[in-house]
Amino acid sequence: MVEPLVAIRGLSVSFDGLPALRGVDLTVGRGEAVALVGESGCGKSVTWLAALGLLPAKARVSGSVTLEGTELIGAPPAVLDRVRGGRIAMIFQDPASSLNPVHRIGRQIAEALRLHRGLDGRAAREEARRLLDQVGMPDARRRLDAFPHELSGGQNQRVMIAMALAGRPEMLVADEPTTALDVTIQAQILELLAEIRRDTGMALVLVSHDLGVVAETCERVCVMYAGRIVEETAADKLFTGPAHPYAQGLLAALPPMTGPRRPLAAIPGGVPEPWAMPRGCAFAPRCPRRAEACEAAPPPLAEVAPAHRAACLYPGAAAVVSPVPAMVPA
Amino acid sequence: MLRFLSLRLGRSLLTLVLVVTFAFVVLRLSGDPALLIMSADAPPEAIAAFRRAWGLDDPLWVQYVRYFGAIFQGDLGNSMRDGRSAISLVGERIPATLALTVPALLIKLCLGIPAGVYAALHRNSLADRAVMLLAVAGFTVPSFVLGLLLVLLFAVQLGWLPSGGQESWRHAILPVITLGLGGAAVLARFTRSAMLEVLGQPYMRTALAKGVPWGVAVRGHALPNAAIPTVTIVGFMIGSLLAGAVVVESVFSWPGVGRLLVVAVANRDLAVVQAILLLVAATMITANLVVDLLYGVLDPRLRNGMRGTA
Repeated sequence: MVEPLVAIRGLSVSFDGLPALRGVDLTVGRGEAVALVGESGCGKSVTWLAALGLLPAKARVSGSVTLEGTELIGAPPAVLDRVRGGRIAMIFQDPASSLNPVHRIGRQIAEALRLHRGLDGRAAREEARRLLDQVGMPDARRRLDAFPHELSGGQNQRVMIAMALAGRPEMLVADEPTTALDVTIQAQILELLAEIRRDTGMALVLVSHDLGVVAETCERVCVMYAGRIVEETAADKLFTGPAHPYAQGLLAALPPMTGPRRPLAAIPGGVPEPWAMPRGCAFAPRCPRRAEACEAAPPPLAEVAPAHRAACLYPGAAAVVSPVPAMVPA
Repeated sequence: MLRFLSLRLGRSLLTLVLVVTFAFVVLRLSGDPALLIMSADAPPEAIAAFRRAWGLDDPLWVQYVRYFGAIFQGDLGNSMRDGRSAISLVGERIPATLALTVPALLIKLCLGIPAGVYAALHRNSLADRAVMLLAVAGFTVPSFVLGLLLVLLFAVQLGWLPSGGQESWRHAILPVITLGLGGAAVLARFTRSAMLEVLGQPYMRTALAKGVPWGVAVRGHALPNAAIPTVTIVGFMIGSLLAGAVVVESVFSWPGVGRLLVVAVANRDLAVVQAILLLVAATMITANLVVDLLYGVLDPRLRNGMRGTA
């Protein structure tokens, strides 16, 4: 297998002793589009904030995140500053508050250009305008002098994307990039991300709680639950044959687009609180297929079919496998 | 912008009129200057003559109209104690007060803002706790208590500095420190909470995520935003340059505007009290106006608001 661009191994994060991530393993290849889905608080954003060292100081991070062999966890600030924005860029959920309200957007984009490409003055301004054009900002030249509050949410997200592209990163992490936007704007931004990926060959990690968003944009999907990845497979496979009962529950909770209307199936119960994590599988208390073995130890992420892994001792009907799957070599 | 300015100016004038009116009424209802200045056992004819001379036996509204008429000709009246014009009496005290409040303001700025920023950047560290402990102590201890403590220590115990008076620059040290420490404490707390608020904002995370080094992000992204709420407090401090030292001037027998105010109020020396209040209100209002204009410079979100309404 080719060396992945980013490899996350056993990444754990806790805040004040409470676990937020409990051993995440994930790789992203060059140019790949991977989605990380799960409900709020499952750790999908924390995974990437931890990888880039953007968590507050009180967060305890362990495990490993490598970018083409360079370890990022515990790396010195000078190394991280070059990676952030230069090799891995990140955009966030609320574009309006993610831009500095007192600086003009041209200046904010130019800052990234200066840091990662050494552009200054006129050259930086010209390149910032080109980037705004690239992200489909109307009247880009004039917009350079606008402040974030003078733009709409969708336009601000375009600015964020332009700023992320400024350092020509190899990977863009988009953390719920459309959650705060209107549905019509959501589609435009997703289309833009897909287009940029096509044009630049950049890898894309899409963090979202919205399965619809994920289905359109990504090839591979990782489903997270309570600080762990519970299923990992190709996007189309997840929608046709999810193996983990949590993923199955998520899909059953979506309204069907075709066929007769049916009542939506909610997953009973709630996510366990971080201070009361079950010893075994975190989903066991809500699981229809729960068995005694589930409560002994958290099940490992194991192959249920080629390129399809699930952290379940009794993975779903869709895949034909033995009840106790073999361990996958790391 | 012009509209904003003229509206603000109009409102400022209204505030001044209200201050003058309020002081005029309260002072005249709360004591008789004739009795206070002439003393109660002066012969009744003398007191009556005093009242007639100063127009105190006219109805209140007649006095009020006469007073306002004079103000518009630049005449704030004369002191009932020595007959000199109130303006010159107050005017000659201003340098003494500024000699205390301007250095004190510098202490507040140079001590309070860096301490607050440092505490916020090292939140929950030992240094942060120490700064905050001092800050809470600094602004919960009233200035007369702090002043007296400093006098006890440096004047009485150690004998390094004089305890009061205005003979040399050494006499100014204790009152300046008293004023400066209290204000620095207020400013430190305010700056710290403004910084903490800003450091937790998503745009700080964005700056770091695009590779801006921490120190540069603090200077370039956090400080300009934290300056906005801090300017309010600094403006208030500048506005009280003339009136902010009443207590400290009394403690240290410093012959400034504040002491003059205390004496004039006690004697119901009407013209002098009103001249001081007018001056203080005018500096406050000017400082507020400058702060409002500064907001527009610091925060682009407020510029549109200024173009529209006040």
